[in-house]
Amino acid sequence: MLKLLKGIWLVFLHAFTRPVTVQYPEEKPYLPPRWRGRIILSRDPDGEERCVGCYLCSVACPVGCIALQATEDEHGRRYPAWFRINFSRCIFCGYCEEACPTYAIQLTTDFELSEHDRRNLVYEKEHLLISGTGKYPGYNFYRVSGLRIGGKDKGEAEHEAAPTDLRSLMP
Amino acid sequence: MNETASTLLIIAGVLVTLLTLSALLIWLERRLLGFWQERYGPNRVGPFGLLQVVADMIKIFMKEDWVPPFADKAVFVIAPAVIIVTILMSFAVVPFTPSIVVADLNVGLLFFLAMSSLSAYSVVLAGWASNNKYSLLGGLRASAQMLSYEVFMGLSLMGVVMLAGSFSLRDIVAAQQGVWFCIPQVLGFIIFLIAGLAETKRVPFDIPEAEAELVAGFHTEYSGMKFGMFFVGEYLGIILISAMITVLFFGGWQGPWLPPVVWFSIKTFLFICLFILLRAALPRLRFDQLMTFGWKVMLPLALVNLTVTGALVLVGHPPE
Amino acid sequence: MAGIIVDDRPYQVDERENLLQACLSLGFNLPYFCWHPALGSVGACRQCAVKQFRNEHDREGHLVMACMTPAADGTRISIEDPEAKTFRASVIEWMMANHPHDCPVCDEGGECHLQDMTVMTGHAYRRYRFTKRTFRNQDLGPFITHEMNRCIQCYRCVRFYRNYAGGRDFDAFGSRNHVYFGRHEDGALENEFSGNLVEVCPTGVFDDKTLMPHYTRKWDLQTAPSVCTHCSLGCNTIAGERYGTLRRILNRYHSEVNGYFLCDRGRFGYDFVNSEARIRRPKFRPNRDSQAITMDKEMLLRELGPLLADKPSRIIGIGSPRASLEANFALRELVGSERFSLGLSARDAGLSSLILDILRRGPAPSASIHDVEQADAVLVLGEDLINQAPRLALAVRQSVCQQPMQIADKLGIPRWHDAAVREAAHARLGPLFIAAPHSNWFTDVATETYHGAPDDLAALGFAVAHELDQASPTPSILNPAIGSLAKRIAAVLRQAKRPIVISGTACKSETVIQSAANVAWALCKTRTTAKLCYCLPESNSLGLAMLGGKSLEDAFSVVKDGEANTILILENDLYRRADPLPVDAFLKTASKVILLDNLEHDTMSKADMVLPAGTFAESDGTLVNNEGRAQRFYQVFPAEGDVQESWRWIRDLAVASGHPRQSNMAAWHKLDDVVAALADAIPTFQRLTEVAPPEKFRMVGQKIPRQTHRFTGRTAIHAPLTMHEPKPVEDADSPLSFSMEGYLGQPPSPLITHYWTPGWNSVQALNKFQNEVGGPLRQEMPGVQLIESSDKRTVMYFTDVPAPFQARDDGWLILPWYQVFGSEELSARASAMAERIPKPVLMLHPDDAARLRVKSGERAEFALGDRLHRLPVKLGAAVPRGTAALTIVPGFTDTALPTWSPIIRAVES
Repeated sequence: MLKLLKGIWLVFLHAFTRPVTVQYPEEKPYLPPRWRGRIILSRDPDGEERCVGCYLCSVACPVGCIALQATEDEHGRRYPAWFRINFSRCIFCGYCEEACPTYAIQLTTDFELSEHDRRNLVYEKEHLLISGTGKYPGYNFYRVSGLRIGGKDKGEAEHEAAPTDLRSLMP
Repeated sequence: MNETASTLLIIAGVLVTLLTLSALLIWLERRLLGFWQERYGPNRVGPFGLLQVVADMIKIFMKEDWVPPFADKAVFVIAPAVIIVTILMSFAVVPFTPSIVVADLNVGLLFFLAMSSLSAYSVVLAGWASNNKYSLLGGLRASAQMLSYEVFMGLSLMGVVMLAGSFSLRDIVAAQQGVWFCIPQVLGFIIFLIAGLAETKRVPFDIPEAEAELVAGFHTEYSGMKFGMFFVGEYLGIILISAMITVLFFGGWQGPWLPPVVWFSIKTFLFICLFILLRAALPRLRFDQLMTFGWKVMLPLALVNLTVTGALVLVGHPPE
Repeated sequence: MAGIIVDDRPYQVDERENLLQACLSLGFNLPYFCWHPALGSVGACRQCAVKQFRNEHDREGHLVMACMTPAADGTRISIEDPEAKTFRASVIEWMMANHPHDCPVCDEGGECHLQDMTVMTGHAYRRYRFTKRTFRNQDLGPFITHEMNRCIQCYRCVRFYRNYAGGRDFDAFGSRNHVYFGRHEDGALENEFSGNLVEVCPTGVFDDKTLMPHYTRKWDLQTAPSVCTHCSLGCNTIAGERYGTLRRILNRYHSEVNGYFLCDRGRFGYDFVNSEARIRRPKFRPNRDSQAITMDKEMLLRELGPLLADKPSRIIGIGSPRASLEANFALRELVGSERFSLGLSARDAGLSSLILDILRRGPAPSASIHDVEQADAVLVLGEDLINQAPRLALAVRQSVCQQPMQIADKLGIPRWHDAAVREAAHARLGPLFIAAPHSNWFTDVATETYHGAPDDLAALGFAVAHELDQASPTPSILNPAIGSLAKRIAAVLRQAKRPIVISGTACKSETVIQSAANVAWALCKTRTTAKLCYCLPESNSLGLAMLGGKSLEDAFSVVKDGEANTILILENDLYRRADPLPVDAFLKTASKVILLDNLEHDTMSKADMVLPAGTFAESDGTLVNNEGRAQRFYQVFPAEGDVQESWRWIRDLAVASGHPRQSNMAAWHKLDDVVAALADAIPTFQRLTEVAPPEKFRMVGQKIPRQTHRFTGRTAIHAPLTMHEPKPVEDADSPLSFSMEGYLGQPPSPLITHYWTPGWNSVQALNKFQNEVGGPLRQEMPGVQLIESSDKRTVMYFTDVPAPFQARDDGWLILPWYQVFGSEELSARASAMAERIPKPVLMLHPDDAARLRVKSGERAEFALGDRLHRLPVKLGAAVPRGTAALTIVPGFTDTALPTWSPIIRAVES
């Protein structure tokens, strides 16, 4: 019983402490770079789309709010023909970013996603794609992968030997 | 003729004041809870967020007034009205000042008890009419809780009646000219406070609407102004119980220097704040704990209080 | 059975198996690459190492390759032994040393055996810090992609392509760690079974090129069990859809039909479903001169109802051998059996019903593909297997390995020991005799081939039958060469334990079919094991023959006589069935032509009303394959707009007409209702309800999901259309659901939508669906055999022996030369096929060409019916003199063939 009274008294005393509330939007809070906000698609250092349409983000997504269609240009470079995120369903868990093997999909510090019409929360590729590398500068998946694309032949990727000469019998 | 006019004036005044206050209480409660929880509470609409009430009202009136197709329609509509009507009726006997009272009945206290018991119907009917298992559970809990706490609520007041020798609330206030009844009836006061909390279904006795278990209990299916009426009813209940505590245990309008109505208001306001503080500080009881507490602790205490008071009164004033 | 001990626990296994197969059958997860249940073991990849112990006291043990060790009685092994585990992890690490960083852009990703095995062995971090070996890729044609960097040198591709499928334009090149698998130069893989490399390759070296333009991961495909509709064999397939288009076909294992492999026509011919030429909206032509306008379903039915109600006897229904049994039956119910035509010319319908009659009347049971694989002597009479029934050709290719297997048996070499068996058999092949009008690479596999005109092929058949049983008739005049060949064939067949005679409709000759029956019956008279196998032109040809109906010519005359004036055509292009002139007249005379089909074609342009019918991927139904096996195919995805199953359209028409005769059709709400009605109506189809589980079937109270449990994007796919996330379409016809929710275990075999078990994402998860790896599926429902051969030993031989073929001076007998890519109506409309469909040519014997003074590549003129054609000439030494072979590719049909026509050298203007 006394404990109860003590508790009530303690709560009463809190009337005299300063509120911890941050007065958003007048006062903006500090958000760490790894904040999980609005999702973007980044480009590699050469300015090309990083996304290769591997579907790993969509399969990692627990609410299934990512849909895309992979395609290939005439030189074998893969990219998404279309890419859609339904932010009205997104729970900002960041699994897509974790799953992305090319650093293409990234979560940003933008969390101000209010809309009057839910349809405006459906983002297509043109809404998602930014012009920079985002949080991960320098990485270019196609520099590492063995696939041949326009401007990069077989054997020109990192840690690759020149293509094998099949007609050579040299050991 | 003149008396009728003044009564009507008083009725109108009391109604307007009460309804406005109950709306304002929403703001007050949210602000106070905020302060006790180290945040601001509503502070955006108007100065200090005062117009939040207006905004909420606009919102709640604009909302779709939806009656579920599976509900018992007539009862579903009547239920929220019942709570408002019964509580407002109770205010008829409350003496705000020696002159401002709607009806100074000689059985005022009994009338208050009767009316507050009737308000249980509102909750039970709402729970039943919603035709929803959570609502029904909420309604059942409410009926059990209110029945249990009614019993010693009435008993706890009998000490006051014995001391005052009257059921008229004006007489009871007058009887506290010397010593407020909270001194001789300290046990009665505590019991009444607790029973009052239970009557108004406030924390820690809000199990009929326990949102963690029952969605929103008896008003799960309610929306719009019908939902609003339950809310207003709850705040009217807080005011009523606070006013009754003031009247029965804290000398009503009595006090030095200031006019009676101010004294009455100050005392009532303090108890309202106490109600809100309890909500900020106390966790909800479990249903079995609630029943055990009522029947095994409060009821015996109330009986003891009654017996002791009765004995003392007998000793002090032997019957002729 | 043999008792083996695995990790100190005893198990019973088949002693004819190797340890790897035994362990997989027991449910152990033992990684492997080079072994394949259909290809046997070579021990190339060193991945399936286990520790073997001499006895219970042996604590040291030694590492052995499970796939190269027999599951002998008393074998003690340990899979969990730390040394074996480390060894397997090291092997994977070596393989991964050169494996590129490609998984995100690799089509195999998510269904990659190498990924699965890497995870299984626990190799996670690359320690190799040097450069990776790279290769240049080849262009392998429109079906297969090539990415040699990913190769782990398991040799499965070569072993399948060369040893199993008999391909010659693919091999291993180079040496040591530079071994390269490919062709000698860029170019399409010639073999008809190249598509199986996609499934055989454990990683992404060979992938489905037709999937790439609409690439989808395995987990995103909505898949359903289906049956291939591109020939009469009824191979089981898994068809996959995403975003409303059909994306790919995979093999669906069936222990008695297609086993592990499909042909390229079946695998890559699916794309017609997504064709621009699909009929997707009902169309209506108010009168014959006006343009067709699209209409919605309700309006069209309102229009059509009274038309059909007026005089129901004046409607004539044209069925189709490529439509399901249910659709054909619905049409037959609507118009009445008197007014139901099979949609085939009298000749073609006659061939099918002759085959049906032979299989029912004679003692020789019909052979499944698996039976053919197991046969130790095969006679092919007049059937162009590789072009008309490719998967059967692959089975015949395996049958020639049966007899050499006995050499291995004698030497005590287990049959799974692929390299040793091959070494023992050397180049020896078992007996296979092919008698056909033309040659191709496949006829070269044969012990002896004979090329002749259909009448001569039949003569050979009759002669063989006469050699086997003197009671059977013999040709009065017999070419001595044929006579001696017949003697040799008869001698071999008599010796064989499991002989099979294969024939079919490719020659369009009744006598060829009859002669094959005589051979099989003659064999049956002396033994019980001989089987018959006939190939038919289309996926439901035999089913349609069982249903029975009038020929197309009958329908023509009924309309000509004015007895009927409304034609209702079901999934049939009449211009592929009969000569253009009578068809034109037929369609013109009728006052209303209503067509139900899925692709635009010549008949459609003449129709007054066109109703969009679902393809195999948008409907459920039953097909009867060439052996009389009824199999169910399931809808893969909900049809778009007004497209619906043919039987539903016909039911709607019946309801709209309101005629009392069709009142029972109004109660057809789901496929099971139609199947039940069919089983009731026609005794042949009594057992049709047992083909597959009924719609009510549930596993633990749940439907079986078509989507995988990892299906993605369900809240984003429809977002641009509606934010309300529509409820999945309900499937009224089958126990499958268009959803990712439902029973996740293994359903009965006709309901398996995809092969997946924990840890096994690739197609090799199939191992876990079999009680014994390589054997039947768990809860196998192999379809229902609707034909029972007679058990009478006495046979009534066919006696209609044709006279020998005589070349004429005034013309050539033009025979159809079918093409695996191009002859079949639907697959020829697939976009990937275009590159592989040959240009039409006329093939002549060099002597005949010399007589005409045309050289190869020059054009010759000939007549089909009343139309003149001009085609380049090709020379073929195997073409019988006096005949010419016409490629059956789009633009040419076999309706008029074989026919006599003069051929002249075309004068180029």
